[in-house]
Amino acid sequence: MNGVMQSVANWWDGVWGPISGTPVGWTLFTTGQILLVTVGILLSLAFLLLADRKIWAGVQMRKGPNVVGPFGLLQSFADFLKFVTKEIVIPAGSDKVVFLLAPLLTFILAFIGWAVVPFAPGWVIADLNVGILYLFAISSLGVYGIIMGGWASNSKYPFLGGLRSAAQMVSYEVSIGFVIVTVILLAGSMNLSDIVNNQAGGLAHWHAFAPKTLVIMFPMMVIFFVSALAETNRPPFDLPEAESELVAGYQVEYSSTPYLLFMIGEYANIVLMCAMLTILFFGGWHPPLDVAPLTWLHPFVWFALKVVFWFFMFAMVKAIVPRYRYDQLMRLGWKVFLPTSLVAVALVAAIQVYGRVS
Amino acid sequence: MGLYDIAFYIISAITVLAAVGVVAARNPVHAVLFLILAFFNAAGLMVLMGAEFLAMLLVVVYVGAVAVLFLFVVMMLDVDFVRLRQGFAQYLPAGLVGAIVLLVEMLVVTQAAKDIRQPMVAELRHPENVRAIGYELYTDYAFYFQACGIILLIAMIGAIVLTLRHHPNVRRQNIARQVGRRREDSMEIVSVKTGSGVEE
Repeated sequence: MNGVMQSVANWWDGVWGPISGTPVGWTLFTTGQILLVTVGILLSLAFLLLADRKIWAGVQMRKGPNVVGPFGLLQSFADFLKFVTKEIVIPAGSDKVVFLLAPLLTFILAFIGWAVVPFAPGWVIADLNVGILYLFAISSLGVYGIIMGGWASNSKYPFLGGLRSAAQMVSYEVSIGFVIVTVILLAGSMNLSDIVNNQAGGLAHWHAFAPKTLVIMFPMMVIFFVSALAETNRPPFDLPEAESELVAGYQVEYSSTPYLLFMIGEYANIVLMCAMLTILFFGGWHPPLDVAPLTWLHPFVWFALKVVFWFFMFAMVKAIVPRYRYDQLMRLGWKVFLPTSLVAVALVAAIQVYGRVS
Repeated sequence: MGLYDIAFYIISAITVLAAVGVVAARNPVHAVLFLILAFFNAAGLMVLMGAEFLAMLLVVVYVGAVAVLFLFVVMMLDVDFVRLRQGFAQYLPAGLVGAIVLLVEMLVVTQAAKDIRQPMVAELRHPENVRAIGYELYTDYAFYFQACGIILLIAMIGAIVLTLRHHPNVRRQNIARQVGRRREDSMEIVSVKTGSGVEE
């Protein structure tokens, strides 16, 4: 057995040795990393989607999907097969190129954000100096998929949905931006790994719970969470796809694989927001207490657990909060969150400059 | 030719093609989409130059917010591009004169820049992008920076004044009043005797 392992290792060295360090080797290595992250996220999305439906069903005292596979575990894969094998319907009056480009754009943008997410120490594809800004920029581009889809469908409901979401996402981006600024001020860096390392040492060092800034940062975390709901068009802010008013909003004309791409993109964005909440406020890969049994777990496990916790919160909000009216949504974004987060930026900056007594 | 050169040529070629597309597209929405592509690739060029902070700001501000509003407006307006193109030959001479003046100016500036003794770019006091820009903005250029802020504030007030209208008959929701409403103020429980009705 050892001999076999040895010969495999030799073969690997023979293949990899000459190209490692060359541009070809670098390209292959990075492509491999990207594939690993993408496939990993797609697979975990399949089960998170099921979890979403199960939690929702649990709140409403239903069973939820339980037919395909044990406990319905394979439901998402069955849905996937069904979506892919259906016919793609393209409306006659639509702008075909933009119509098909829109779901692709949503899908791609939802995944390229993951390039800078540090899953564990050193587990990151691109350790950018401006990582947090990159994430913010990518999530602010997400609105294009929705507007393009709404416009290209050449139909009234999708168009109204697209316009609604454009206004909604631009509004809530502002408060998300200010909340991110408070975290950047606390961490003194825009690098996501540095932001996580700034929270090392247990619960009292996490940005959300650090005693010195608790009064400011805990509400900021709540604002970020609610803004993330609005940014990803999740209930209670799912006005762009409100069934009762717009049938399904910008998704009305989509079927089959394009619809699937929209949906996967939406869920990937939600999980990305959960990862952002984890990194910015919940200490990333650090365990809640820096003591023995908790530190035995791999940092990645802690990161994944926290992301799943935030996803659970997203699912619970969907299950228990009724949909906002449009003017209430705008009021909350511009008149409540924006001034609050702006004051928080000033306060955190003041604490960072004058509050270094302790 | 390294990876850097390949990336530069690909990105700049897409930028130029997208810019041509902005002018050439028949559909105004397509034109705006090409503009967004051009913005995005310009951000890519900035990353290649090592100005990653500015690149991200370009994407956040111009692509993520300004271009969305462009797209918003263009989708709402029913611009008839065929009619806009009718005067093409008529305005061509004026446009050409403008283009030639611009070209000559750019050539003169690039030639004249060679004679400048002192460095055109401010000296960087910090290796990191964000800190370098911050130090420059809040030390040497603090007053210009403040002036920019005041100009933006005035522009914002102007926009609000232009669009703010008080409609007299609109009923607005006062959330504080709704939440502050108590049971004693708005309802009363009475036990009514059968056949006698409620006493006033």
